[in-house]
Amino acid sequence: MAKAKLHFSSGVSSFLIANTGTLLILLIWWVVTALQLINPVLLPSPVATFVALWEGMAGGGLLLDFWLTLYRSLYAFVIAAVLGIQIGILLGANENLYRSFEFLIDFFRSTPATAMFPLFLVVFGIGDFSKVAVAAFAGGLVIFFNVAYGVMNTRKTRIMAARIMGTPRWRVFFDVIFFETLPQTFIGLRTAISLTLVVIIVAEMFIGSTNGMGQRIIDAQQVFDMPDMYASIIATGIMGYGLNQLFLLTENKFIHWKGR
Amino acid sequence: MKVNYLEHQTKVNPHQTGLDISVSGLTKYLDGKPLYEDFDLHISSQKITCIFGPNGCGKSTLLNMISGLVPIDSGQLSFGGKPRSEVSLGYVFQNYRDALFPWLRAIQNIEYPLLSAGFSRLKRRARVEELIHQFNVGFDLSRYPYELSGGQQQLVSIMRALATRPHVLFLDEPFSALDYEATLAIRDKLQDVFVETGVTIVMISHDLEEAVYLADHILLLTKRPTRIAERVVFNASRPRTLETLSDPEFVRIKAHSLEVFRREAS
Ligand SMILES: Nc1ncnc2c1ncn2[C@@H]1O[C@H](COP(=O)(O)OP(=O)(O)OP(=O)(O)O)[C@@H](O)[C@H]1O
Ligand SMILES: [Mg+2]
Repeated sequence: MAKAKLHFSSGVSSFLIANTGTLLILLIWWVVTALQLINPVLLPSPVATFVALWEGMAGGGLLLDFWLTLYRSLYAFVIAAVLGIQIGILLGANENLYRSFEFLIDFFRSTPATAMFPLFLVVFGIGDFSKVAVAAFAGGLVIFFNVAYGVMNTRKTRIMAARIMGTPRWRVFFDVIFFETLPQTFIGLRTAISLTLVVIIVAEMFIGSTNGMGQRIIDAQQVFDMPDMYASIIATGIMGYGLNQLFLLTENKFIHWKGR
Repeated sequence: MKVNYLEHQTKVNPHQTGLDISVSGLTKYLDGKPLYEDFDLHISSQKITCIFGPNGCGKSTLLNMISGLVPIDSGQLSFGGKPRSEVSLGYVFQNYRDALFPWLRAIQNIEYPLLSAGFSRLKRRARVEELIHQFNVGFDLSRYPYELSGGQQQLVSIMRALATRPHVLFLDEPFSALDYEATLAIRDKLQDVFVETGVTIVMISHDLEEAVYLADHILLLTKRPTRIAERVVFNASRPRTLETLSDPEFVRIKAHSLEVFRREAS
């Protein structure tokens, strides 16, 4: 009984320790709005914001926009992963081929994907797919680069060990190089999911869109519906955080040997 | 799971006797500089051959060329009349960390070459059981390599290399990353396995005492371009023990080898 109580209170205190910063910010936010230190039109109270978040998620338009943005991001991410991994393996395994594309790769890596919006609009039209395509392009580059780098830097000893055992080359690829590359591949995937979300949000804001979180944030700002704007920003943050955590968890579970 | 080991053994290994390896007229240049020029070598089957020579004289490269990992410029390699594709080789690398597969458990690492060779699950298990018995393994093989000590990892590497009952076992400085205690334990296990199976062993060593202790033949190499300075024979009976280290014949062979090495390496 006493033990259970102790356990409970230590659970509460560890929660408090881990979230002190968050709670502090919420408290400051609440105090600032309660004392009206900032014009309430610019900064609504946390209560008003979370009510807007709750209402939007439970039946309001927020939920739909949330799903649409998540759908576009994941769509872009899947395209990015499929193309990025395949091209990454191909170029990573052929160092000469990689060299001949090196300048192009570095050039596009240094070019902000958002600068390519107009190009993608011209190619894919003004519909939904051009947004997905830009995001896929940005994410795909990151994945491609990490995979190629991972393949090029596989430790030669393990490949030699497998070849000595008489393992055919194609099998060495699946049994050794693939696993060797996994940690680096996952870094690429995790970076890419964040990046596709960023690009999708920006695209929704500026490329004639009628829905999605980016559009919603801009709309709310233009009609000065501040609770909804803050609620939408927080919802987007939750999406990004959730995706990142999901990838981290998968990574830690499957790539148990990472860094050892 | 009871399997008759002897029956299993004859089934998997029709060529228990091992085979001689001959190298003749081997030439290898690296970066335009000769490493080996018209080099001849004979490695006897069912013996332990230790290779000892100065740093960078090409010991690792020699094993890699014989095993086909590094191409040769010219020369002939022969494996007791068999084509290379029919010769099975076990290889133990100096750096066990880079050689084992960390995504597989220790036992799966040992099984891997058997899997690769298409053995059934039952046969794989039986062979691993046999190896566990042979090496008297006292730790948990269902752990991942990074959860084992260095000595345990190197033991797993050796078991993996021996899993398919290769004709020849190559070891490239297998003990140099291990502490003294682990080295003593593993090298005696290696000797026991040799006595039991007669597998041909070729080991590179940077420790002359260890080389002489284990070897039937000690190959002393010169610096580049590399030649064989001398092939020293040490015939003491096995199993050799700590007493061997104070045996006058051992002391004499060691002193002689050191003298040759000093002359040729400087
Ligand atoms: N890929 C390579 N290209 C050019 N030179 C190389 C290459 N690999 C090795 N060498 C050189 O070839 C020589 C032989 O290398 P090797 O690793 O076989 O020597 P070693 O006798 O095993 O040395 P150590 O005692 O340090 O293990 C060295 O002088 C090394 O610098
Ligand atoms: Mg070496």
